Amino acid sequence: MTQAEALKEYLLRLADSDMILGQRLCELCGKAPALEEEMALMNVALDLVGQARNWYEYAAELIDDGRDADKLAFRRDAHNYRNLLLTEQPNEDYAVTMGRQFFFDVWHYFTLKSLTESSDERIAGIAAKALKEATYHLRRSSEWVKRLGDGTEESHKRMQDAVDILWRFTGELITPDDTDRALAEAGIGPDPDQLAKDWRGMVNEVLTQATLTPGAEDAWMYMGGKHGEHTEHLGFILAEMQFLQRAYPDATTW
Amino acid sequence: MYAQLVETGAKRLKTLEEMSPEEREFQEKIDAETKIEPKNWMPEGYRKTLVRQISQHAHSEVVGMLPEGNWVTRAPTLKRKLQLMAKIQDEAGHGLYLYSAMETLGADRDEEIEKLHQGKAKYSSIFNYPTLNWADMGAVGWLVDGAAIVNQVVLQRTSYGPYSRAMVRICKEESFHQRQGYQILLDMMREGTDEQKAMVQDAINRLWWPALMMFGPHDDESPNSQQSMAWKIKRKSNDELRQMFIDQTVPQLEFLGCTAPDPDLKWNEETGHYDFGDINWQEFYDVLKGNGPCNRERIKTRKNAIDEGAWVREAAVAYAKKQKQRAQAA
Repeated sequence: MTQAEALKEYLLRLADSDMILGQRLCELCGKAPALEEEMALMNVALDLVGQARNWYEYAAELIDDGRDADKLAFRRDAHNYRNLLLTEQPNEDYAVTMGRQFFFDVWHYFTLKSLTESSDERIAGIAAKALKEATYHLRRSSEWVKRLGDGTEESHKRMQDAVDILWRFTGELITPDDTDRALAEAGIGPDPDQLAKDWRGMVNEVLTQATLTPGAEDAWMYMGGKHGEHTEHLGFILAEMQFLQRAYPDATTW
Repeated sequence: MYAQLVETGAKRLKTLEEMSPEEREFQEKIDAETKIEPKNWMPEGYRKTLVRQISQHAHSEVVGMLPEGNWVTRAPTLKRKLQLMAKIQDEAGHGLYLYSAMETLGADRDEEIEKLHQGKAKYSSIFNYPTLNWADMGAVGWLVDGAAIVNQVVLQRTSYGPYSRAMVRICKEESFHQRQGYQILLDMMREGTDEQKAMVQDAINRLWWPALMMFGPHDDESPNSQQSMAWKIKRKSNDELRQMFIDQTVPQLEFLGCTAPDPDLKWNEETGHYDFGDINWQEFYDVLKGNGPCNRERIKTRKNAIDEGAWVREAAVAYAKKQKQRAQAA
């Protein structure tokens, strides 16, 4: 794989993960446990979809085959989506929603932090803006993991269950493949070893404070999202998210 | 208008002579356009009426997120999706802001929300209609937010200080939503396919009359209006507001190249206003009584959110308590 191909691939991963998690949060509209959460969830979703748009726009320029950001988001099928499997997991209860968010946010925060120093200036610029948002997301989801983990007996049980359910999707966040390595070597993407170390460090710290037990480091991990092999959920997410674009393919303006 | 048929408890207006000294002083303040603030003395009826009106308004913001939530997962472009998400976020913010204004009157947010879930509190009838195609997101912004603004611009001068100030802030954001909504429709009408244009007309056909109903019944059938007007909680009558809305909306409708589902709608040279057909008030009262297309679903969704979130809120309280104890022990 050339570096140019790796870069396109990597941009789609960033964009698709933001997009799909944002979409999952949109599903919660009107269903949050408190009005303050309603506002915060939509706020986080808005940040994520906004970031997705920035990554898609850059990806579209590099792919340069006539597709724009909207086409990339709304006209690709599941096997062409490159999001982390974690982001497509269903909302379930609020512990799963917040657990998913927390695992993602830790990855997102350290990834963006590293990308602000990317040798690719466009990436560094997008990451700098996104990092401010991701810092807030991480603070918020960490607080919720602690509240639920160290709250009541019921919330503790639910939060631990959430960690256990989601753990198998976390390996993908910190297991590099050729694309990750190639970009790290070029000074474009984050150093995979450092990212894994930072992710583990913060996750362990917060889970410990939350009186929760992380999964085993050598646990079996479900991976494939970065290569387009997804869980069954993604097809349904896209069926909903891309409904109008597919039902009205001739419409060019909305 | 996000508050309809707000009960004031008054059968008729008291004259200044019939009022107690406190009541008279209060009414004179109102008449002199002095804002009433939370710590000022106020008649119990005034307080209760405001709690009802502001809570209805807050409930409407929150329930109003649901018909939009129906499309936020299916928005057609990244730009439209982001706009709709921002609008929904604003509405949650308006809800919070209004509940806070209401709490300055000694009411409790949780109790008022409980009344909503028990079907004892109202919210705007418009949100009991379904959103059936994407153009509804444009039509809701244009017509529903538009109707709300006509009312709320006037409410910026309402007599209760915290409510008035909430309206100033909310109006700015609502105007933005209305322009965005109209733009959605305009873009579809100008550059859309025939199918998209049909969507726009269909959305207008369904939402036109319910939008007009948002202003509430005719003045002579609105027994509480008189007292609310005297207290300057309301500043203009339902019919006046409805006419203002129609007069400003019809030219926009024509500019779109669409029609209203009202054969009697026409400009009246003599009055300088648009004439319009009779509103189906039976439908309005049916919807208020719970028999609109979506009443059950809307309340059920809200109730489930709060009920199923109880353990989350309990955990937050328990955690805060533990943190406090730890801080004290340290």
